[in-house]
Amino acid sequence: MSALITCSHVDFGYEHHDAVVDLTMEVEEGDYLCVVGANGAGKSTLVKGLLGLLAPTGGTIQMADELKKTGIGYLPQQTAAQKDFPATVREVVLSGALSRRGRRFFYSGQEKEMAERAMERLGILDLKGRCFRELSGGQQQRVLIARALCAAGKMLILDEPVTGLDPQAIQDFYGFIKRLNREEGVAIIMVTHDVANMVGQADKILHLQQKVLFYGKAQDYRKTRAGREFLGVGEV
Amino acid sequence: MIAEMLSYPFLVRALAGGILISLCAALLGVSLVLRRYSMIGDGLSHVSFGALSIAVAAGWAPLGVSVPVVVLAAFFLLRITENGKMKSDAAIAMISASSLAAGIVATSLTTGMTTDVSSYMFGSILAMSPGDVKLCAGLSAVVLVLFVFCYDRIFAVTFDESFARATGVNVSTYNILIAVLTAVTIVLGMQMMGAMMISSLIIFPALTSMRIFKSFRAVVWSSGIVAVVCFCMGMMASYTFSTPAGASVVLVDLGAFLLFGGIEKIRGLKKG
Repeated sequence: MSALITCSHVDFGYEHHDAVVDLTMEVEEGDYLCVVGANGAGKSTLVKGLLGLLAPTGGTIQMADELKKTGIGYLPQQTAAQKDFPATVREVVLSGALSRRGRRFFYSGQEKEMAERAMERLGILDLKGRCFRELSGGQQQRVLIARALCAAGKMLILDEPVTGLDPQAIQDFYGFIKRLNREEGVAIIMVTHDVANMVGQADKILHLQQKVLFYGKAQDYRKTRAGREFLGVGEV
Repeated sequence: MIAEMLSYPFLVRALAGGILISLCAALLGVSLVLRRYSMIGDGLSHVSFGALSIAVAAGWAPLGVSVPVVVLAAFFLLRITENGKMKSDAAIAMISASSLAAGIVATSLTTGMTTDVSSYMFGSILAMSPGDVKLCAGLSAVVLVLFVFCYDRIFAVTFDESFARATGVNVSTYNILIAVLTAVTIVLGMQMMGAMMISSLIIFPALTSMRIFKSFRAVVWSSGIVAVVCFCMGMMASYTFSTPAGASVVLVDLGAFLLFGGIEKIRGLKKG
């Protein structure tokens, strides 16, 4: 196992305040890390930092060479405008391959094939001609995951992916993320509010509140004070 | 009738310029409407009115003043919409009203309401000079090149800015490019369509096409075609019934929107 991302004593901040302070963590190949914390605890800032959209104000972030080459797949929070966007599933998935194309003006056959494969992996190949806005919330998430896989096959960052999904779709979603992680070795970083479910899913938990309140194995998280308070359970 | 229309040089210019402007406005409009930036078009047309009236009142070159002012306004409107610090619809309404007021006060202090100013408000078929037509041609060349060669990037930016940014697309550059081109389109088209109505060229084709088309590519193509067809029909109606050109085009656009909406309804009934 080699580390894909290594953060040592990283700070992120905006002009007059620190959003994340002194974060040290490692994401290895095939890891499943869950980032939890209250609103405004610095989760979204961390995501931006890992994607390279925000430079750290202190410390260092090291990326493995293979990650630099392929980049990180990203599933952003869904915007309201996407709900009625006229685009076919194929168009959306293919747009994930944009970063691979460099300066060329059009997609090559190889990239189109890759989009097909990504749709196949997520079981949405039969939806490829359908309109994005006509799909259910769960299907839309699958389409966006397929797009992220087109951009990068090694690691996915998911930002609040289950918001607005019904309970059944949430369970389906966790199911196939877990499969991607276990069977295909895709490293997952998931930012979420849904801690109760995550403890059973993820390998590692990172609890942020500007500083790191907890970072370690998921099963140990229950035993800590931060974990118990956040999970809302009594003494274990 | 068409041959008769084409025998007037000013009508030929209006048709040529108008078709090019409609096409640019429709293509840019797809991206703006889908990103919920429709109000920017409306705001810019009012700023453009203010700038043109002040330029006329002061005796400066109308286009030379208003193009840079409207481009600046486009930057500014985009910035407040992106930052979300101020409610952007309120900010745009405020800027629109202020620019209108500034234009009207400047005019009444100097020449009074001249025909120029009223034609900026409601449009004039006589407004297209040969120079304007050349500018329109240049503008549409730039817009078409952008849409042909950067189509996939425009799709990515329109569909999902955060994802596009994460995959290394320079989102800000595209936003600025689209805003600047929109600004120039509005200034050029406003003299013919009128400040009150130019934003319809941006909004209607995209909304109309979205009724029945389900892929982005089809919506882009359809918007361009709908815009050009509606413009030509509007001009013919204007010629036949001696109605103002801008208003006639907008009514034809509305007709197309209702028609497409009706088709969508009928399809929905058949399915359901």
